[in-house]
Amino acid sequence: MSVTVLLFASYADALGTQSVAVDVPAEATVADVLAAIRQHPGAAVLPKQPLVAVNQRYARVNTPVAAGDEVAIIPPVAGG
Amino acid sequence: MSPVGRLVRTRIDPSALVREVAQPAHGAILLFLGVVRDVNDGRGVTGIEYSAYEAMASRELDAIAVEAAERFASPSVVIEHRLGELSLGEASVGIAVAHAHRDEAYALSRWVIEELKHRVPIWKREHYVDGTREWVDPSGAAAHFAEGTK
Repeated sequence: MSVTVLLFASYADALGTQSVAVDVPAEATVADVLAAIRQHPGAAVLPKQPLVAVNQRYARVNTPVAAGDEVAIIPPVAGG
Repeated sequence: MSPVGRLVRTRIDPSALVREVAQPAHGAILLFLGVVRDVNDGRGVTGIEYSAYEAMASRELDAIAVEAAERFASPSVVIEHRLGELSLGEASVGIAVAHAHRDEAYALSRWVIEELKHRVPIWKREHYVDGTREWVDPSGAAAHFAEGTK
């Protein structure tokens, strides 16, 4: 199945895009999505355990991911 | 009023924020402004550009306002965070709160800015006097969530 991965700020710069569709197995988790995105050029910039949100809510590596979900990899936040 | 948090792309109006939270029952109104300063880590800064995961950042700002209102028992909380290119001295964030009493108002205001800095997906790229630009990576923020606190 396909899920959309959103990238921002320094991560978007490193991977050269703000959005990537990745294929993961059915009943995948955030960990599977991270493994898929790590295959992309520039992904070495991602930390071992980046912040991740699924459908705009903070998630963990074992959070389930469904087809069509929006998975965001979130650089260290710097608002304020 | 209802507690509210929002992203804006135009200049933050401090007076408007104060008017928004003022109520007859509130004896204390506090306004916090975070502004672009001219130096960071010893480097001269000329401006900052702010970007966000906008849908989630709006949701988080609003959630912080609602949580603050519940936690401190006052609905008078308004948070604005600006996105885009900001010059020195311009406000990137404005937080107005009101409460019956000052102690709670100070605590409320402080709680809101700390939550904002920990959890709202907003990023800033500083522009330096030497012409370079860099994304700011505040230490500690990543660890906060890697530990699963949220």
